[in-house]
Amino acid sequence: MSTRDLAWAVIAVVAAGCARATVVETPNLGRPATAAQIAGWDISVGPDGVGLPPGSGTAAKGAVVYEQKCQACHGAKGAGQPNDRLVGGQGTLASKTPVRTIGSYWPHATTIFDYTRRAMPYVQPQSLTDDEVYAVTAYLLHLNGIIGDSDEINARTLPTVKMPNRDNFIIMYPARPR
Amino acid sequence: MDPSKRRFLKRSVVLLGASGLVTSGSKEVGAFEPPDVPPWMKSPGAGFNEYGVPSKHESKVTRTLIRSQPGTTGSGAARTPLEALDGTLTPSGLHFERSHSGVPDIDPDKHRLLIHGMVKRPLIFTIDALLRYPMVSRIHFLECSGNSQFLYQPTPPSLTAGQTHGLVSCSEWTGVPLRLLLEEAGVDPGAPWILAEGADAAAMSRSVPMAKAMDDAMLALFQNGERLRPENGYPVRLFLPGWEGNMSVKWLRRLKVVPAPIMTKDETSRYTDLQADGRSLMFTYPMEVKSVITRPSHGMTLKGAGLYQISGIAWSGGGTISRVEVTSDGGRTWTAAPLSPLVLPRALTRFRLPWRWDGSASVLKSRATDDTGAVQPERDRFIADHGNNAIFHCNAIQAWGVAANGEVKHVYA
Ligand code: HEC
Repeated sequence: MSTRDLAWAVIAVVAAGCARATVVETPNLGRPATAAQIAGWDISVGPDGVGLPPGSGTAAKGAVVYEQKCQACHGAKGAGQPNDRLVGGQGTLASKTPVRTIGSYWPHATTIFDYTRRAMPYVQPQSLTDDEVYAVTAYLLHLNGIIGDSDEINARTLPTVKMPNRDNFIIMYPARPR
Repeated sequence: MDPSKRRFLKRSVVLLGASGLVTSGSKEVGAFEPPDVPPWMKSPGAGFNEYGVPSKHESKVTRTLIRSQPGTTGSGAARTPLEALDGTLTPSGLHFERSHSGVPDIDPDKHRLLIHGMVKRPLIFTIDALLRYPMVSRIHFLECSGNSQFLYQPTPPSLTAGQTHGLVSCSEWTGVPLRLLLEEAGVDPGAPWILAEGADAAAMSRSVPMAKAMDDAMLALFQNGERLRPENGYPVRLFLPGWEGNMSVKWLRRLKVVPAPIMTKDETSRYTDLQADGRSLMFTYPMEVKSVITRPSHGMTLKGAGLYQISGIAWSGGGTISRVEVTSDGGRTWTAAPLSPLVLPRALTRFRLPWRWDGSASVLKSRATDDTGAVQPERDRFIADHGNNAIFHCNAIQAWGVAANGEVKHVYA
């Protein structure tokens, strides 16, 4: 047997080992999930916009939502205090005192929708309507100078918004790019 | 043991002299020394207990609560008091805690796990069902990637080992290999990512590469032999050995197989590492090789020159600790410290070394190496490479300064 054949034999054994490992017997107790059940829980929205619901909003409408439901913790016009600042900081990231906000740091606008819908307002998460989430997302983008006051944010437009810091992330998985 | 080894060990004892806390030879006031018989031998002790708790004399050994976000009680962390512990396993009640919107009170009978997305059969699992699956038990550390972040500060923080490095703990985790459930759902073999989501008020979520999910990821149900503690994800959490703790999503309720990362808040705004040049590292998953001397450490006082035992922990998300070296002269000379068995992959490893303190000002440090060859960097090297602006993934060498009066303090040296 040549060294090459040996190598193949090793691969075959390893492959057989894997195949055996994957047929560990399980009790198969998962129950089928219906489309309606999934729809009720599937709240994640990626940069491609998949998962964004119907509805829309503008910064003008979002200002009202923000004042009522966010301002107490994030300050007037997103200035921060007592909780995270949501506006400003562009141009500070390489300085000694970087200010990381939606406007200066976040790479994707869809994250604002995803996060606000799942986790904010802090004491009443998942309480906003989809229109309210769109509107407050538009407001935060507008405060950061990324969109206009009357630009409509919806499932089609949100994934097309280009965030200022989008290209400044180095993806380290599976390996640092060269 | 071969004589050359014995000679080496003997010499290392002389080179780096150390022992636990020194007790004075004279009789302590109130102690029951011979010939006196202590009162606890003169009447029967307490009866049995349904669930044991530590001795009341250990009541000061607690987690350190670091302030929660203003106005909240559940958006913050509590750290393991590393300096008060020894060995490699962390008692479950002292395992560090990190949550983003409190600890949910979940009735296990009412909790469900949904697996959907790029699968042939979307499935719902109950906890009872999961408990019937084949399980594995493994000892692994869990480390928040924000651990040791105070070392990014320009001046050394006046904090104990636990307050600086106590966002790492180590447990035996028992659970179902995630692969089994993904296969049952008929996962698309080409699908690259999975979104994992918790059932807390933050619905905390992270995107996990499929390769890790199919490799050693588990759905942990037990921690140190008992069901998970609520603050560690009861009734079920994702567990990704060696990777930043935030990804081991607690209170797991949903796994969605997806074509690309979701870019959740906690993988964009947070848990990315801003470098000095203004760019950021993203998806820095494995926790780097690290070690810290837990005794003696900041806040302790050595009681005079003599022999002490240096004790500390080392760990690496990249593999198994292969070597820990210790210096007592600020890094001029280093001595290999024996590793206490168990030395396991992605688990806390205990090192100990006797050290004879001559009573002069000294600087103690430890430096870990893992079996991939990765070596823990000096702090000045680390800061030169990464800057001071990041929050996460600091694995710089920790230095403790011992003053001539015996006081041990955090120093940069
Ligand atoms: C009761 C106080 C409170 C209210 C009201 C509140 N938030 Fe928050 N917000 C917080 C806290 C606390 C955090 C940090 C959560 C964490 O630790 O993950 C946060 C985080 C955020 C973040 C992430 C910031 C970053 O840079 O990572 C965004 C965006 C946000 N909130 C938006 C909103 C919006 C929009 C509203 C109104 C709909 C709102 N918040 C209402 C307390 C609040």
